[in-house]
Order: sequence, then structure tokens, then C-alpha cells
Amino acid sequence: MTHIINTDRFERFTGTGAYVASRDLQEAVNVALALSRPLLVKGEPGTGKTHLARAVAEALGRPLLTWHVKSTSKAQEGLYTYDAVQRLHDSRFNAAAGAVADARKYIRYGALGRAFLSPEPCVVLIDEVDKADLEFPNDLLHELDAMSFAVYETGDAHVAVHRPLVVITSNNEKELPDAFLRRCVFHFISFPTPEQMREIVRVHHPDLEGRLVSEAVTRFYWLRGLSGLRKPPSTSELVDWLSALSRGGVPAEEVAARVPFLGALLKKEQDLAAAARALAGRGGR
Amino acid sequence: MGAELAGAPFLGFFYLLRAQGVPVSVREWLTLLECLAGGLVGADLSRLYAVGRAVLVKRERHLDAYDQCFAHYFGDAEPPAGLPSALDEWLRAPLPLPALDEETLARLERLDLEGLRRRFEERLREQTERHDGGSRWVGTGGTSPFGHSGRHPTGVRVGGEGRSRSAVQVAAERRFAPYRADLTLDTRQLSAALRRLRALGRDGRADELDLDATIHATARQCGELEVVLRPPRQNRLKLVLLMDVGGSMDDFAHLVGRLLSAAHRAHHFRAFHPLYFHNCVYEHVFRDAQLRDPLPLDDLAHALGVDAEARLLVLGDAHMSPYELMSAGGALDYRHHNLKAGLEHMRDLRAAFPWAAWLNPLPRRYWEHPTIDALGALFPMFELTLEGLEGAVAALSRRTASPPR
Repeated sequence: MTHIINTDRFERFTGTGAYVASRDLQEAVNVALALSRPLLVKGEPGTGKTHLARAVAEALGRPLLTWHVKSTSKAQEGLYTYDAVQRLHDSRFNAAAGAVADARKYIRYGALGRAFLSPEPCVVLIDEVDKADLEFPNDLLHELDAMSFAVYETGDAHVAVHRPLVVITSNNEKELPDAFLRRCVFHFISFPTPEQMREIVRVHHPDLEGRLVSEAVTRFYWLRGLSGLRKPPSTSELVDWLSALSRGGVPAEEVAARVPFLGALLKKEQDLAAAARALAGRGGR
Repeated sequence: MGAELAGAPFLGFFYLLRAQGVPVSVREWLTLLECLAGGLVGADLSRLYAVGRAVLVKRERHLDAYDQCFAHYFGDAEPPAGLPSALDEWLRAPLPLPALDEETLARLERLDLEGLRRRFEERLREQTERHDGGSRWVGTGGTSPFGHSGRHPTGVRVGGEGRSRSAVQVAAERRFAPYRADLTLDTRQLSAALRRLRALGRDGRADELDLDATIHATARQCGELEVVLRPPRQNRLKLVLLMDVGGSMDDFAHLVGRLLSAAHRAHHFRAFHPLYFHNCVYEHVFRDAQLRDPLPLDDLAHALGVDAEARLLVLGDAHMSPYELMSAGGALDYRHHNLKAGLEHMRDLRAAFPWAAWLNPLPRRYWEHPTIDALGALFPMFELTLEGLEGAVAALSRRTASPPR
């Protein structure tokens, strides 16, 4: 434990008007701020992980820098990339530009690098960290711990002016390494309760008839509760399904009696068959 | 309050968590103490619950165990009886662990404890100096005069949760029970675990820019640009998944189906061969679950077109009558007369695949059975749970010699 918590100028996150932060989440954000540790947020798709970083940045009045991780992302890219190909090209075809001699002109900083260099404290969102290679989180450990990095091409060393709050989201596509997890503060967004779900649906479909929404949500949770589904429907699928129901003009009674447009909720053949069996067994209701 | 250790209040919570399978490291524990010393928790038990959870638990599957431990340790809730504690399971059916691992483990545990005690005492001294009687905050939760005043300025909404309930009541609700790893196993979790199985290497079409080689080649030509390409890194791992179907395995058909679809979903293997057998492996294994399309067991790797580096994952309960495994002619199917005992065939299979592991859907407490013992000695055997699968995947990453006959 090298650093001591600084409680004097201690910022606190309490949620914003638009974002409903649970108490557990507030504590997790505050611990991450106090310890300068990354905050790892996990939860099923559609539970508002990405939204959270935006809300935190807004509540703290800090700029948000986002790094969308892809399967090909390398940890290094979050700090900086060195555009060697451009430099080679310039040296061969564009020598008159005169810039070629200065390697610094070919350094492009990533979200994390920019946050370290920024004169004001930032929030960095590393979105969907589990999309990248298994080694990706481990490669970030040192920079996140030390909050500094070196540019090998120029020999420059950069130390964070302000330690940024790093929010990392994961969809659970891959297990994250233990060493990485030990350094994070963790928050798990559990799947919304039916009441919360009705609220979420209202945000997406403000005009829908209340009864239709409540029948659909009931159906949705019944489907999720079926045992043996390979891919239970998620929030975004419910939202899509409601779009289909409203455009198709399906009345609420029919949603209760049978499940129209089941394909919007279930994407696997076996799941559709299982749902059909359960539906028949249940006699519709 | 639980039993206290070495005069340190609250340390029992740490050990309770570890005993219930929450892998809290010393570092994480010290982080929590740091939070306490820094005044992040105050004297509020519900903040301790939230802060402790954020710092000590890193996987949703351990949240339920944390809740139960918290409720048990800080409240008068029921003791977490009936929890499948790893220790309990192990005592009921000890597996022959490699001696080295046990020793290493014991040494690590000792190190942990000493380091923890020393640093805990340091931390405690620090805390007493800064906050008068700082170690007494435990157990005073809920009656603290500090409360949350000033933390929620107007306009801030606090969602969903009734604030009148104590942390212990919240913990005792067990909201996270559905995420337990020992109860649920969905395809997504399975494929996440299977993704760890890989052996990277470069071959195939060269379509990735090799920057270092390009610069080198360009410099050698005095600046005349020479682009060098190389093949991208890919997973070269080949997986043979051998599944027991029918009979006693019918109960686990849905689990087998999920593992199969997870392996298909992981779709990052160079080759993936699902194969089937019934009860015990004899002269043949089969390409289909109806056991109509046989493959000879000797020379299996060759028939599949995989090398000896392929990984073999066997899925079966290994539970059969001893003679079905141990004697010639013991095959369950009376039309089939096996000349060699099933165990001999299993040995051949094991010898052909230096990287092999066995997943058993039977809970470990039922493993005390002669055929499970015999096959468990041959293959590193794991429970078909998320943790078991992770163990099997780790075992498949090391070459393990087949035991001598």
C-alpha cells in the first residue's frame, strides 16, 4: 500500500438526475475515486454499464474519454500508437515536409494517454474490455497502477498530472485475469427487477399502452425463468419485441394468450422449441 | 459475531469468506483496511457492506457467498449451513492431489497469514492514532450518529432500494443467489471458460504487416520501401470432446448439450471434434450420439487428422459396474465382446493424448466409487461446474504424463 487515501479534496459521486445510481454503486464509485483504482462494472448486456461512465463523468464534472475495445485492440493503443507506416511513407515520398526527423509528430495518443496528459482530471471509459485478447487486461496493469507510461520511440516519460477515474465494462465474454481483478474495484449490475424493467421500457417506448407493457414484461420474465434456455432474452430484445408488438398492433390480451413474434426474443432454434413446449404445457397462461 | 483470531477483530470475516470459497487475497483485504483507515466507511455497517463487496468480491458468482458470510458474521442470520464449501467437499471425498501443489499451497497460506497479521497490526496502530478507538467500530453499525447526512443533496435520486433496512437484512436477502457458479452453468459462462484453451502460433496466409521486418528490410535497401507481411497469430489448438451418452448420463443430457454448444460457440479452435461413447470406451468411439458411425480407438488421432498435441476432454460420470471397466467381455452391450478390458482401452486413449482432462457431472461427494477412482487416477478429473471447467481448462494447458501401468 503505497498511497494514502486523500480525504481532504475528496470527490463524491451520488448519481445524476438522469441516472439512477443504487447505493452500492455510489459506494463502489467513491471507493474507486479514493483509492485511484479502476472500477470494473459487469452485468448482462443492456443493463446500463456504458451509461454509468457517462453519468459518473457528468456528476463529477469531468470530461469523459472513451476507448471502445475491439477484438484486435492492443493495450498499447490506449496509451499511444506510433505511426511508423506514415513516417516511412513520408521519408520515401514526402521528404520535403521536413517532419520526418521528429518522431514525436508520429505519436498518436489514445484515450488513456490523453487522460494522463490532461491538465484536468478525467474519467476514462474502457468499454467492453472482454472483447480483446485474454492478455489485454494484464498488459494494462502497470500503466493503471503507476499511472505513467513511456514512449519508447522518443524516450519521453509521462506521469499522470491527475489520476483519472478509469471505468472498465465487461460483458463476461471472457474471464478476466486474477491479477487484474485484484486491482479493480468491482460493481455488478444485477438484472433489472420487473418494476425497474417497466421503467426502462417506458424510456424507450413512452407511448405504449400500460397494459401491453405490463403483459409483455410479465411474459418476458416468464420466458427468462424457463429452465434450459441457451440464450435467455435480454433487455434490448424486450425493447425490440415491444417495437414489433406495437407496430404489429397486437392487443395486450393476445400477448397474454400466446407470444407473438417470439423470434424477436429467442434467437436459438432449440430455445424456440423449448418455449413452444412450455407454452403448450401452460395452456397459454 | 464469529470467532475472533489473534486479538484482531473482524479478521474472522476474512477467513469466513475464504472458507466459503470467495477468493479474497491479502492484497484485497489490506485494501479494505485502507478504506477503513481512510474513513471511507465511517461507522456505518451498510457502507461497510457496500465497500467490502466492491473491494473483496470480483466475480458475480461469489456475491451470494459474500452476502451469506456478511449476514452470518455481522448479524444473527442463520449460519451458512448447506453451503458447498470447497473444504467440506474435499474432506468428504479427498482427491489425490499432487504432493508439490499441496506443499506450495500450504507455504503460500502460511506466508499470507504472517504477512497479514503483521500488516494488520500496523494498520490497526495507524487507525487508533487517527481515529480514537477506531477498531471498535465493528458491531456498532446501524446505530451510528454519522449516517449519510450531506451525502445526498437534493435532486439526487436513490434508486430501488429501501433504505430503512440494515446491511445485514440486505445481505440476508440473497439477491445474488442466481449467479452462484456451483448452481448455474450457462452456455455463455461455459464458452468463456473454454476460450482460455488455446495455443497461439503463426501460420496461414501472410496478410499482417510485420513492422520490424519492414523497417529492417527498408533500411537494408537504403530507404527503398520494402513491405514485409506475416501470417497473423491464430489459435492452433485442436479439441477432441468425448462424451458419454445414454444410461446414467441421461440426467445430465442438458448439461452435456450446453457444453457442446459452448464448445461450438467458442469457435476459435483450429479443429473441434465432438465424439461419443456409451458408458465405457472399448474398441470404438462414435461420431454421432446415436453411436452408428464408429471410429477405431487405436489410431484415433490419425483418423481425426489431429496430432498428439490435440487436447482431449472427456465428459462422463465414470460410474459403472466394476466389471464393465475391469474385465474383458464386460461391455454393457451383450452383442459386443471386448477382448481387452475397458480400463486398458482408457489407458491407450490417455497415452495417445498427453493433454487430457475429465469432466464429471456427478457432484464430487458421490465420487467414492471403484470405477471413478480408477479413471480419476488416469485422467485429471473435475466436477462439471464453472470452477471445475476452469480447472480442467488449466489442466489441459499442461502436458500431464499418463500414469505408469
